[in-house]
Amino acid sequence: MDDDRVFKALADATRRHLLDRLFERDGRTLTELESELEMTRFGVMKHLRVLEDAELVVTRRQGREKLHYLNPVPIRLIHDRWIDKYTEHRVAALADLKNELEETA
Amino acid sequence: MTTMTAQATQVYQVFIKATPEQIWDAITKPEFTQKYFFGSHVTVTRDAYRGLNADGGDLVTGSVIEYEPPHRLVHGWRALYDPETAVEDDSRVTWEIEAQDGGYSKLTVVHDQLEGAPKTAASVAGGWSFVLSGLKTLLETGKPLAG
Repeated sequence: MDDDRVFKALADATRRHLLDRLFERDGRTLTELESELEMTRFGVMKHLRVLEDAELVVTRRQGREKLHYLNPVPIRLIHDRWIDKYTEHRVAALADLKNELEETA
Repeated sequence: MTTMTAQATQVYQVFIKATPEQIWDAITKPEFTQKYFFGSHVTVTRDAYRGLNADGGDLVTGSVIEYEPPHRLVHGWRALYDPETAVEDDSRVTWEIEAQDGGYSKLTVVHDQLEGAPKTAASVAGGWSFVLSGLKTLLETGKPLAG
């Protein structure tokens, strides 16, 4: 609903790392996520709360467990709002160039 | 480019400035779905969910498991648009629509039971975000997404 929250949530390396972990395997519990980070349970909870507020993470209950899922829709909305409209061709060309240069480096 | 890992349970959520009834119509009536759902003409009855292309060919079919307008729709999903996904097991799609403050509704789409349909899982993983973004744009602006 709010682009600011999404940008703020993404402006943190730990939170991006959490999203990458969920991208690899979705539907994880707090305990599973915590075990992969050098951080207290409270710290992970705090970051997950920011991601949930930005709707980048959605939780579902399964029995007694609370599972965390990556919700890519807010990123898609930003893409459609900020990238598609103005710059997709240029961005794609630059991304290709970057990939090519880094592969040959 | 990171490889997309296709999950067996996928959850998508979006807030839309619309009533649950408007969202229900937009996901169950072909005049709406053709504007944001890859052009597919979706019809939903108490028994069957069907997505057709412009020529009337089946894109997606599934039996309706729960039908509670305007809050909950659960149906099977067999993707017939690709011969490789068409032969996979049926998966399941759940639409949940909840009214929120300020004239918004929360739409959650859960696509699960994809264990027996890995190609379908990979195929829909990129698609749902695009579809829901288009649905939001259509309901909030009355226009389909550009491009």
